[in-house]
Amino acid sequence: MNFDFSDDQKQLRDQARKFLAEKCSPKAVRIVLDGKTPYDKELWKGLAEMGFLGVAIPEEFGGAGAGHLELCVIAEEMGRANAPVPFSSTVYLAAEALLIAGSEAQKKKWLPAIAAGEAIGTLALFEGKGNPAPKNVKLTAASGVLNGVKKPVADGAIADFAVVAARTGSSGRDSDISLFLADLKAGGVEVKSLTNLDPTRGQAEVTFRDCKAEPLGPAGEGWSILTQVLDRAAVLCAFEQVGGADRALEMGRDYALDRIAFGRQIGSFQAVKHMLADMYVSATLARSNSYYGAWALSTNAAELPEAAAAARISATQAFQHCAKNNIQVHGGMGFTWEFDCHMYYRRANAMALGLGSLSYWEDQLIDRMRKKNAA
Amino acid sequence: MNFDDTPQEAEFRSQARAWIGANAPKQYEDELRKSSLGRTQLKNADILGVAKAWQKKKADAGWACLHWPKEYGGRGASPIERVIWQQEEGPFGQLSRMFIIGHGMCGPTMMAFAREEHKRKYLPPLASGEKVWCQLFSEPAGGSDVAGLRTRAEKDGDDWIINGQKIWTSGAHYSDYGILLTRTDPDVPKHKGLTMFFLDMKSPGVEVRPIKQASGASDFNEVYFTDVRIPDHQRLGEVGDGWNVSLTTLMNERSAIGAAVSTGFPELFEYCSNLMLDDGPAIEDRAVRSKLANWAVKASGLKYTSMRAISALSRGERPGPENSIGKLVAGSMIQDVATYALDLQGAGGVIGGEDAELAGRFQAMLLRAPGTRVEGGTDEIMRNIIAERVLRLPGDIRVDKDVPFNKIPTKGRG
Ligand SMILES: Cc1cc2nc3c(=O)[nH]c(=O)nc-3n(C[C@H](O)[C@H](O)[C@H](O)COP(=O)(O)OP(=O)(O)OC[C@H]3O[C@@H](n4cnc5c(N)ncnc54)[C@H](O)[C@@H]3O)c2cc1C
Repeated sequence: MNFDFSDDQKQLRDQARKFLAEKCSPKAVRIVLDGKTPYDKELWKGLAEMGFLGVAIPEEFGGAGAGHLELCVIAEEMGRANAPVPFSSTVYLAAEALLIAGSEAQKKKWLPAIAAGEAIGTLALFEGKGNPAPKNVKLTAASGVLNGVKKPVADGAIADFAVVAARTGSSGRDSDISLFLADLKAGGVEVKSLTNLDPTRGQAEVTFRDCKAEPLGPAGEGWSILTQVLDRAAVLCAFEQVGGADRALEMGRDYALDRIAFGRQIGSFQAVKHMLADMYVSATLARSNSYYGAWALSTNAAELPEAAAAARISATQAFQHCAKNNIQVHGGMGFTWEFDCHMYYRRANAMALGLGSLSYWEDQLIDRMRKKNAA
Repeated sequence: MNFDDTPQEAEFRSQARAWIGANAPKQYEDELRKSSLGRTQLKNADILGVAKAWQKKKADAGWACLHWPKEYGGRGASPIERVIWQQEEGPFGQLSRMFIIGHGMCGPTMMAFAREEHKRKYLPPLASGEKVWCQLFSEPAGGSDVAGLRTRAEKDGDDWIINGQKIWTSGAHYSDYGILLTRTDPDVPKHKGLTMFFLDMKSPGVEVRPIKQASGASDFNEVYFTDVRIPDHQRLGEVGDGWNVSLTTLMNERSAIGAAVSTGFPELFEYCSNLMLDDGPAIEDRAVRSKLANWAVKASGLKYTSMRAISALSRGERPGPENSIGKLVAGSMIQDVATYALDLQGAGGVIGGEDAELAGRFQAMLLRAPGTRVEGGTDEIMRNIIAERVLRLPGDIRVDKDVPFNKIPTKGRG
């Protein structure tokens, strides 16, 4: 047994951290936050050059073919840096869907473009409030033509293509759902940016009107593919969340050492110390659950569904917990636009919803544990 | 990152499994499996006797205190082998509880500070469970603040004369030996005047009085010392260096990691999987599921945190203060889990013992849980350790740090 990343993977982490510290300072993040540009194009290009966008894409499709453990390592750093790029939608959702269900031609068309930073992809699943469920998919597909509205679609306003969940049947079963690949720059698509909790990663409403799209994977298997995509993305997002949680904890700790009140460092007050200790505890539990998820993801283990749900819940809780208490440690300063605390608070709470809410994943976890126990 | 056994690990596992299969006291397996986290008891047998017999059998076959050196009764096994053993030993591992303090804390302290001839004499029978050890640190005046203790040790020729009182000493009533922290110099600041010894608990002048605990059991004791003589060669470390020696003991407590901490979660999950509520199966209730999921990820988080620690150990890294999180998280989790299991039982939850659901498993857990949050360092002390030693935040303000011990106030009011 060896429950840790390898030295090479740790080296990759250091490399990614160094790169992001240089190219993705809080100042750079703020340019996107303030709405001056929808995402950091320079950073996106740089990530492609470093090989980070295609790290888990096989070499035959233009990637580095390193694997998912390597992608987890990079995801953590993206979270630490609060990177304002469409990384999760393109790399965890669109690329993973293509890897699982794409035809040779589809993979050839999109994966190299993703790895090169030339195509942004996303998943168009949700239709207003509600969690992932076949019954919540109303958008229809008939003879390869999509009609309906998706929202929120992460990075929908900047994406070149989307994996779209569509209704192709009315039996009331999961097999009513099929997936399609839609070119968002082609006709029949209308995109509107939405105000959202975390402007560093945009959300959009995407309307499909008689939009031509090609099937992704076999008809009627959309839901089972989606479940796999969401599980895989849950692990990868968990690493981003762990990175964010760690950074928020670090910011809180540093402030507690610098700020003096009542003649003492505020970090010498036990209420503050204990708050930070509890942040450390939740971040550590989340990290450990995520490591298990990484192992399951990288080995395609039968445990993946359960491990993914556990990583998702734990990391969501940890990031929210650390981000909110980081503001508390900072006092009034923490509540200013000028300090970076709110960027992590926004990201934590937006990420908590992006793949379905916490209660959705709680349900998933219990179902999966029951299934395992029954087996 | 992988969970597979290496060929050597697989070989070790199959040997362990075969030996346990052939030798474990199977007649108690079911009872051990079902016993409450709070209280391992055997209905028709003396648990100490059963535990000692199992430990002796292990020792004779080379399966006791796996990580200890062979010459002191161990096997010189790797941290991973220790974990494999625990996985294979399963519920029989609960029988080692009687020996935790001796094996986890007293033994390693002896190894670090005792003379070679003492190590060879005292450690093997400790490893084999023939002799039981206890840890005599806490006093009415010093629990969290261990260095506030008042038990005096005064030099008399080649001996030391001990007078004072210890409290909360687990297992003292069936212990043969103990490690004892004393004050040898009250005129210097409190941390500087301490000295550590080990002693025979049957020495004249030692009196052990069991204390009835809040849970109703009597696992810990008061221990009184009246002119007890300890020869100087039973001193551990230098005179006045007892604080450092005790830190070694407390550090070793943490490296007892491998032992996955109990959280009560598997018990609760199993319970909810079979429980019917007024509106249907508990496991299908939205609120129940949410609670379960929250505890599930804490339990798995602890499990994988300890695996990460073991991986670090097996690379030769020392277990650090970060391992304090196990007891901190598990302690209050056990308490919350038990409270919730009783809540699910409604008014009937008040019934304990044999007449209760699952023979009172969760009731016993609830009543034991407060102790878990106090023993071996309270939740607050654990948080201090994480804050100061892991996060490097400032230490608490210690107003008595430089004051001679005998000038420190002893009462909060009046
Ligand atoms: C079941 C059980 C078994 C035990 N077995 C043994 C044993 O075998 N040998 C042995 O030597 N001892 C043993 N103990 C004693 C145990 O180590 C002490 O009870 C424990 O360290 C707490 O000390 P105390 O009881 O004096 O509480 P106190 O130290 O008086 O604490 C009272 C409260 O004050 C808080 N507090 C104290 N100091 C601080 C601080 N600096 N910051 C914040 N809060 C603080 C505590 O957290 C607690 O809430 C056992 C205790 C229990 C419950």
